[in-house]
Amino acid sequence: MAVRIPKPKHNFSRTMTFWERLWLPASLRGLRVTLKHFFSRNITVEYPREKPEVAPRYRGLHRLKRDEQGRERCTACMLCSYVCPANAIHVVPAHATGPERELYSEERYAAVYEINMLRCIFCGFCEEACPCGAIYMGREWETADRDLDHFIYTKEMLLEPEGTPLEFTE
Amino acid sequence: MSETLIALLIDAAKAAVFVGVLMAWVAYTTFGERRFASFFQDRIGPNRAGPFGFFQPLADGFKFLFKEDFVPKFADRLLYRVAPVASFVPTIVLIGVIPFGPDLVIAGRRIPLQIADPNFGVLYFLAVASFSVYGVIMAGWASNNKYSIMGGMRAAAMMISYEVSLGLAVVGLILVAGSTHMSTIVAQQDTIGGWYIWQQPLGFLLFFIASLAETHRTPFDLPEAEQELIGGYHTEYGSMQLGLFQMGEFAHMVATCTIIVALFLGGWHFPMPAFITGDPNLYALAGAAVFSVKTFVMIFIFIWIRWTVPRFRYDQLMRLGWKVLLPLALANALVTALVILL
Repeated sequence: MAVRIPKPKHNFSRTMTFWERLWLPASLRGLRVTLKHFFSRNITVEYPREKPEVAPRYRGLHRLKRDEQGRERCTACMLCSYVCPANAIHVVPAHATGPERELYSEERYAAVYEINMLRCIFCGFCEEACPCGAIYMGREWETADRDLDHFIYTKEMLLEPEGTPLEFTE
Repeated sequence: MSETLIALLIDAAKAAVFVGVLMAWVAYTTFGERRFASFFQDRIGPNRAGPFGFFQPLADGFKFLFKEDFVPKFADRLLYRVAPVASFVPTIVLIGVIPFGPDLVIAGRRIPLQIADPNFGVLYFLAVASFSVYGVIMAGWASNNKYSIMGGMRAAAMMISYEVSLGLAVVGLILVAGSTHMSTIVAQQDTIGGWYIWQQPLGFLLFFIASLAETHRTPFDLPEAEQELIGGYHTEYGSMQLGLFQMGEFAHMVATCTIIVALFLGGWHFPMPAFITGDPNLYALAGAAVFSVKTFVMIFIFIWIRWTVPRFRYDQLMRLGWKVLLPLALANALVTALVILL
C-alpha cells in the first residue's frame, strides 16, 4: 500500500493573492495579536525584589553530604576531580586512623576539598560521577561576591551542617 | 496699553503655553512608548524612577545633558550642529495652526485655543511637516558616515514618495469641508456622525499611512533602521543633539496625531452635557481634554503599530508609495470632487 504524504497546508512558493498583497488584513491580525499581549501578564521577574523559583533539579551550588550517622560521605576517590571538565575541583585525600575515624564513613577521607566556583561550569558531572552520593548540586544560586578569593569554596563551606536531614534529589 | 500689544502678548503667552504642553507630551510620549512597548512584549519596562517610572523622561533628559558633546573629526562641523535644530524646530512650529479647544473667554475677550488661524491652515501643516526632513538629510551628510548618508537619502526618498500622497489624501477632505481653515474644518465636525473620517474613510486611511511614513515610524522607519543602518542618520550623534533628534521625532508624532484628530476625528468635539457647554471657559477646558484624549488614542495606535508591523523593505516602500497610495489618493480626490459636483 502506498504511503500517502499529506500536502503542506501552505504553498509558500506561490505568488500572493490580491487580498494578501493589500497588507492591511494581515496587519490588523498582527495588531490583534499584539493587543492580546498588551493585556496579558508580564513575565518579568523583578529580581532583587522577587526571586525566581528554580526547578527541583536545578544545578546550583554544590553541597557535600553526610550519611545517616552524620559522617562525611566523601572518600576522596577523586572521581569528581577527574571528571570535572573545568578542572575546578581540588581534593587532597588522607587516612583517618585515630579517633577522628568516626567523623568519616570510610577510613579514607578528603583532607582538602575545594571547588573554584569561578571555573565551575555547573555541568553536574561531579554529582553524576560520585559513587558515594557525597556531592550534590543544590538550589542555591546567588553566589555573587566582590572578592575573587571568596570564590574558592572550601570543604567547610560546602559541607552540610551536622544534623541536616537526609534528602536526595535523585 | 494698545489693543495690538495686548493681542501680541496673548499670542506670545499662548505660544509659550502650547509649546510647553507639547514638550510635556513629547516627554511622556517617549515614556509611553517604552512602557507600552514593554507591555506589548510581556515585559514591565522602566518603572524605577518615581512611581510607575513616572520621572523616567526627566532621568533621560538629564542623562542626555550630562553626556559629552562630541563632534566627529571628519564631520562638517556647521551642518552637524545645525541639523538637530533643523529637524526639531519644524515639528514644534507644526502645532501653530491646530485648534485645541473652543474659545476661552477672559475679561470679555475671546481667546481661541489656537496660536494662529491662517486661511492656509492645512497647507501650512503640509509645508512645515516636510521641513524636518532637511535636518535629517543634513545630519546624514554632515556626519560623514556611510550609514548616516544612507539614512539621510532614504529619508529624502521617503519624503518625496509620501508627501504627495499625504497632500492628495487631504484634498478630498478640503473639497468636502470647502475650507483650509483648521478652525472651520473642526467646527464643521460638531457631531460624531459629522467627523470627516466617516465621509473620507479612504482619505483617512491614506493620510494615516502617509503620516506614519512622514514621522518615520515603523513600518516606515527606514531612515533610522537600527538593524541595517545602526541608527541611520543619527548614528554619529550623541548627547543632547541626539536628544533633540529624538524629541523632534516624538514631537513630530504628537503634532501629526493632533492634525489627524483635528482633520478627521472631530477635533475637540464630543457630546458633552449642557452645563459644560453653557460655560465657555469650562467648555474650553473640556474641549481641550477631549482633544488630548483623542490625541492620546492616536499616539497609542502609532505605538501599537510600531510594535506590531515589521519594517518595509526599501523597494516595497517605494512600490507602496507610488503604485498604491498615490493612485488611491488621486482616485479619492477625483471621486470626492465628482460627488460634490453632482
